[in-house]
Amino acid sequence: MFLRGPSLGTRVILLGIFSVLLMYLDHREDHLGAFRNALSVAVYPVRVAVDLPSRGLGWMAETVSSRDRLLDENRRLREERLQFLARLQRMEALQAENTRLRALLDSTPRLADRVLVANILSVDLDPFQHRLVIDKGSSDGAYIGQAMLDADGIVGQITRVEPYSSEAILISDPSHATPIEVNRNGLRTIALGTGDSSRVILPFLPNNADIQIDDLLVSSGLGGAFPPGYPVGRVVEIERLPGEPFARVIAEPTGALNREREVLLVWHRAARAPAEDPESPSPAPDEPESQAPQRVGTE
Amino acid sequence: MSRGGRFWPVAVVLVITLSLEVAPLPGPMEYWRAPWVALAVIYWSMRQPGRYGVGTAWAIGLVLDVLKGTVLGEHALMLAIVAFLTIKFCQRLRVFPIWQQTAAVGAIAAVYVLIGVWIDGMTGDVEGGLLRLLPIFSAILVWPPLRWVSNRLITPLVEA
Repeated sequence: MFLRGPSLGTRVILLGIFSVLLMYLDHREDHLGAFRNALSVAVYPVRVAVDLPSRGLGWMAETVSSRDRLLDENRRLREERLQFLARLQRMEALQAENTRLRALLDSTPRLADRVLVANILSVDLDPFQHRLVIDKGSSDGAYIGQAMLDADGIVGQITRVEPYSSEAILISDPSHATPIEVNRNGLRTIALGTGDSSRVILPFLPNNADIQIDDLLVSSGLGGAFPPGYPVGRVVEIERLPGEPFARVIAEPTGALNREREVLLVWHRAARAPAEDPESPSPAPDEPESQAPQRVGTE
Repeated sequence: MSRGGRFWPVAVVLVITLSLEVAPLPGPMEYWRAPWVALAVIYWSMRQPGRYGVGTAWAIGLVLDVLKGTVLGEHALMLAIVAFLTIKFCQRLRVFPIWQQTAAVGAIAAVYVLIGVWIDGMTGDVEGGLLRLLPIFSAILVWPPLRWVSNRLITPLVEA
């Protein structure tokens, strides 16, 4: 090995210095977005290829599953749909009423949320962090900090946007905090992730706080990251420690954090959804339907 | 540079190892994920140190950083050091008996993993404790069969 140019040791040291510089720029200054985006386009095929086997398995399971099971599922879904439609009718009336009452109170009307279905790619980033990759990126209008829901509650938020995919952090990640309130009485606090996808902790509630087992926790909308009023979790354990200033409260997330294949991305800030007119009384009903074909198209 | 042989088998191996780095594994198996790209870098910088050196390893590390969503430069630094250690001890490693070579690969994998833990600690929280060290053992377990397969299947393709 006749190495030309600088010696091996020099090259490693130079590359090391360059790496540290890169890490500094990326982590502290956040200057390398464009560079990372360019590379991520090259990496996207690998992510899709890795996702293929599990997607293929799902497709196989659907193809070979028995007719009875499909019929069963179909019947169940139809029943659920009827129930939801019935509930939706009432919801529209309530929403109209809510807008009217808010107008009476002179407070700003709540914006309806626009949603988009995204598929989770089965890509394992790091076993010690609760992060995942979804197949919607800046080309679909996703943005950093965007809230991510599933059918039962808040799942997480987007932390990095690339052209065709995004990385998201789950509410159960130890470095994630969700601003919440107790649905029963409006008590506001913060839920922290634990690293266990079946629990989050509420460490900042005093011992005499009015909280009970089975209380529903919903997002409070404070901080602007999450739209208000979506379920986050249910209290499963309360331990009031007389010697400590704060009680130990543990909740179980309502969303299926480690089981879902699909999530909903929600646009809820006025600045992010210019298409919506804040004055129109009920823009919500046609929104989900306009998204429906797109959803079929992505599968 | 025809001395090094064909390029595409190496590229195919690279794409496969990149996929293995993020492929979903069931349950606790994911703690045991071997550092596949690092093993590939060790293999190629051991066989062809003049062609696949620290610079190549560093560039591959950048791609791995984007793939895994880590801080840009983290895996680049880790892999550059892996290539450096391998090339530095390359002449000795190649003539080692397999078990001694495997021990050396384990030591390099340990350096790789520990630098990763160190950088994670600098840029955020380190979770998992001792579970973080499991990939070192996976690397040791995987190396002998990996070397056997590579020597018999991939190297003939490269040098044919």
